[in-house]
Amino acid sequence: MSDDMKVVEDLTQSEYKWGFTSNVEADEAPKGLNEDIIRFISAKKNEPEWMLEWRLKAYKYWLTMEEPHWAKSKYPPIDYQATKYYSAPKKMPKLNSLQEADPELIKTFEKLGIPLEEQKHLAGVAVDTVFDSVSVSTTFKETLAEKGIIFCPISEAIEKHPDLFKKYLGSVVPPTDNYFAALNSAVFTDGSFAYIPKGVRCPMELSTYFRINAQNTGQFERTLLIADEGSYVSYLEGCTAPMRDENQLHAAVVELVILDNAEIKYSTVQNWFPGDKDGKGGIYNFVTKRAACRGRNSKVSWTQVETGSAITWKYPSCILQGDNSVGEFYSVAVTNNFQQADTGTKMIHLGKNTRSTIISKGISAGKSDNSYRGLVKVNKNADGARNFSQCDSMLMGDKCGAHTFPYIEIDNDTAIVEHEATTSKVGEDQIFYLNQRGISTEDAVNMIVNGFCKEVFNKLPMEFAVEAQKLLAVSLEGSVG
Amino acid sequence: MITIKNLHANVAGNGILRGIDLEVKKGEVHAIMGPNGSGKSTLANVLAGHEAYEVTGGEVLLEGKDLLDMAPEDRAREGVFLAFQYPVEIPGISNATFLKTALNEIRKCRGEEEISAKEFLQLVRKEMDKLGMDEKMLSRSVNAGFSGGEKKRNEILQLAVLNPKLALLDETDSGLDIDALKIVSEGVNNFKNKDNAVILVTHYQRLLNYIVPDFVHVLYKGRIIKSGGKELALELEEKGYDWLIKEDEAVGV
Amino acid sequence: MNKIPENTELKKWYSDQFDSFENKLNGGADTYFHQIRKKAISRFGEIDFPHQKNEDWKYTNISPVLKYNFKPASVLSETKIEDSLIENAFISEVECCSFVFVNGRLHSSKTNFPEGVTAGSLSEIMKKNPELVKQHIASLSENDNSFSALNAAFSEDGFVLLIDKNIQLEKPIQVLFLTGSDTENLLAAPRNLIVAGKNSSAEIIFNYRGFGSKVYLNSSVTEVFADDASNITLYNLQEENDDSFHIEKLQAHQTASSNFTHFSFTLGGKIIRNDINTKLSGENSASHLWGLYLGKNEQLIDHHTFIDHSVPHCESNELFKGILDDNSRGVFNGKILVQKDAQKTNAFQSNKAVLLNKNAKIDTKPQLEIYADDVKCTHGAAIGRLDDTAYFYIRSRGIPADVAKSMQIRAFATDVVEKIEIDELKEIINHKIFEHLRRVEVVNE
Repeated sequence: MSDDMKVVEDLTQSEYKWGFTSNVEADEAPKGLNEDIIRFISAKKNEPEWMLEWRLKAYKYWLTMEEPHWAKSKYPPIDYQATKYYSAPKKMPKLNSLQEADPELIKTFEKLGIPLEEQKHLAGVAVDTVFDSVSVSTTFKETLAEKGIIFCPISEAIEKHPDLFKKYLGSVVPPTDNYFAALNSAVFTDGSFAYIPKGVRCPMELSTYFRINAQNTGQFERTLLIADEGSYVSYLEGCTAPMRDENQLHAAVVELVILDNAEIKYSTVQNWFPGDKDGKGGIYNFVTKRAACRGRNSKVSWTQVETGSAITWKYPSCILQGDNSVGEFYSVAVTNNFQQADTGTKMIHLGKNTRSTIISKGISAGKSDNSYRGLVKVNKNADGARNFSQCDSMLMGDKCGAHTFPYIEIDNDTAIVEHEATTSKVGEDQIFYLNQRGISTEDAVNMIVNGFCKEVFNKLPMEFAVEAQKLLAVSLEGSVG
Repeated sequence: MITIKNLHANVAGNGILRGIDLEVKKGEVHAIMGPNGSGKSTLANVLAGHEAYEVTGGEVLLEGKDLLDMAPEDRAREGVFLAFQYPVEIPGISNATFLKTALNEIRKCRGEEEISAKEFLQLVRKEMDKLGMDEKMLSRSVNAGFSGGEKKRNEILQLAVLNPKLALLDETDSGLDIDALKIVSEGVNNFKNKDNAVILVTHYQRLLNYIVPDFVHVLYKGRIIKSGGKELALELEEKGYDWLIKEDEAVGV
Repeated sequence: MNKIPENTELKKWYSDQFDSFENKLNGGADTYFHQIRKKAISRFGEIDFPHQKNEDWKYTNISPVLKYNFKPASVLSETKIEDSLIENAFISEVECCSFVFVNGRLHSSKTNFPEGVTAGSLSEIMKKNPELVKQHIASLSENDNSFSALNAAFSEDGFVLLIDKNIQLEKPIQVLFLTGSDTENLLAAPRNLIVAGKNSSAEIIFNYRGFGSKVYLNSSVTEVFADDASNITLYNLQEENDDSFHIEKLQAHQTASSNFTHFSFTLGGKIIRNDINTKLSGENSASHLWGLYLGKNEQLIDHHTFIDHSVPHCESNELFKGILDDNSRGVFNGKILVQKDAQKTNAFQSNKAVLLNKNAKIDTKPQLEIYADDVKCTHGAAIGRLDDTAYFYIRSRGIPADVAKSMQIRAFATDVVEKIEIDELKEIINHKIFEHLRRVEVVNE
């Protein structure tokens, strides 16, 4: 047992491995938030007037709102005036190829293992990278263009595809949706935009990597994906940030629009800096993600592996509007030390014969708190709706917490909704059994935890699944014996 | 007894029965065989009136009466009995209550008096005894916690007590060991007489060793592709279904 | 954003009623019990009525309750009542000792207790021997909302049961609470207390019934202390008048190796809110909460349960089943808290509901809050309608559609009903299920 505890200590004290900072010169806005800052951001990005108006409207609404504190989280008040709302790496106003990028930046990407390089060409991943606030490069643009697929930074979408962009911006997550969505709408600096035309199956996985690098910056990116009728796309999103003593705010908005017979698979590996083992620093990750299954037979699948951030509030949701539409949510959330994660999903059944599945795996270690919070709502006219939810928690040690808050609201007598939740620990007998077969405690716990999360990892694209497993191992593998 | 003409039926929009013609006379035993997914169970359920199956064409007459217009309970009262492949558990309702309620409904329909508690018990005990069932099963809830074999026996008990005109046995042999199979078959053999009829739905020949059919029909893709005497079942046992399917496809019906 | 209504006038109404109550007490106003009342009315003044903005009342809109100025029964003189009313409401099939409370006051009793058992009226015990109940009364239940505060402020009587150690009561105790009036909109506030000594046991049936033509509010609070190795079973059968309100709170406190079993059978009332809370604070203790709620018409039935595991090696089991017809609404919120030191906890919770009508509705929120790692906790919720295959199976035996539905209803309710240990009561509940839902009755042979 004491040996096991040592393994626990070793592992839980492992440092954040992505915590380097890059010495990239940045072009920044001064700290603080006011209308001038928003005009500054808009001007920096050469935005049309309507975009500025949209931002200002969101800002004015934000000013009337109160910061929410309903989740099971505790954190000191955020000083919105102490954050920088714009930070762009200085050297590259327009990049045509990766070779032109700042060598420091390339090194950063290499450290991150971001698939920007040639070998990744073979893997067939198109990557848009967002560094602090602006999009640095998008690979494979031409290959995609042949199929009519648009995949570009959002700032480029505003410029080159204004009609398409304008039509869907804010249509799933309106600026008035919540406090952080309003803030994001006012100050978002970049993010990715993708449009998959009718009947097109995107030939490769689209991917965006986000990284917060500069000090005192917040990151407020937006992602907007549109899957037109009969199309399919798999989208990957990864996030990292350097170690810093102070907390940084990340308030992103992701909107997905799925039309008739289309499907989006959205996978996230979130590894923002979680703070150190004493709970100092780390990212506040307050994100609004929502998919609107507008079309008949449309489908969205959210898969997330959340290991980072000091505080995470995130509920990737599905509005199942089209008849026969399908929403899925697969999640692994790991918390250690002083991390707090409050995550889950909302499945809103509006159309007939809509189906949803929720599989959530929460692992808590250290002094962390890990909550699943979800809503399954079946509206009056959503005949034949089906939901199955399973929320499992695993605790490592007796100083952490695992919580489940499923809200189930059923207003239709033909609905069938099932929710199951369990809480368990890594069994000593399991570990002993594996030890007895010659497996170290560290590996044993790793195996057990991976087994616990398997249903979710199986939903990830292969490359991501491997990364997710590694992340998990570093985050807490073997945190209890 | 029962006449099926050009019967078509869908499940969830898919055509499962695509033109069944079958005539079963009093005193006859017909076996419906066929590979998995050929529509055998669908036929049994459609005849009993399961609402998940949508009849899209054809007609079914039970002694001249249109069966397809009737609710499941009315079909039962007219004398149709389906022994389920998967009998349903109903906790909280005793076997005795269930069976007596059913019997009295059917008697009412036949214009008979309600059965007295004493007569009912006598009748049920006699039949349970034949099936080798413990009398305690009467006070247990319907099928709740029963083993597979117990459930199938309970179906045959219901058959014996309700004494229908037409018995549809849906894969009654599945999940039974050889002893149980014998007992269940004996139950069916005791039931059949010159005034009633039996339709057996089965995948395997083995049941037909115990309940000997007068006719064997092979169902494939929702149609009867071959009919014959009991020797057809033996031929199927030996050669499988493939030769028939090939023959059928060659004819291109 | 709409603000929470303050209900200033209504609050003044109750505070004025309290003044008349004090006048009526005439000298009894300096007792220990009255200090509790005064604290409660002052708390009542400070807080607002529950609102849907409060997480605990998210799905329950109580504004219909606030439309009435209910007159506390304690301010009025004793209600005259016909014996036939009592006879009709009393569960005579179960052999028992019994108490009848009318509008919160003891009306009559039939007892035959062994020595070491004190049972009866709270107000009498308060008069004769307050020391017996002083340490317990109002020590568990806090005035956490306006209704529990109103109960504490206006209660003058209620059922008390004190059992000395090692006494096992053989027969159940039935307590009939009759509430209602033909002339006033009444507030009844029974205040009940059950204190079970070490290694004692008892079965109690609370039978809540209504009478009269006026809408009333029954706001009841019951505190239960289960000492080491005691075994308490409380059956709560609630059949208030269809147009009236029932807001109840049960708070139990258990020590080592005790067993507390609570049944709630909720049939009557227009808006019903039951809070059932138990705290396991001695090792090897166990709580069992079983519930069956049947909704019809416009009924709104809200159950909130809270099981607090604060020590290791305890167990809790919870099963609630709801059958909702017509336009009725069900709410179930079950919370299990496993505190830091409560290792080896076993907690199981399940809520299942069927909707019999397209206008029926259910909101449910099973909650787990876990702070210990070596525990087994599960909760589940399942909502749907009666199974089509079973419906077909029953009908395929010649049984009419309405009887088939009734059989399915009985089958659905059975795992709660079967847990009743008093056979006569089991049959009564089975009968009431069909009576309440206006369905053909199915009686087992």
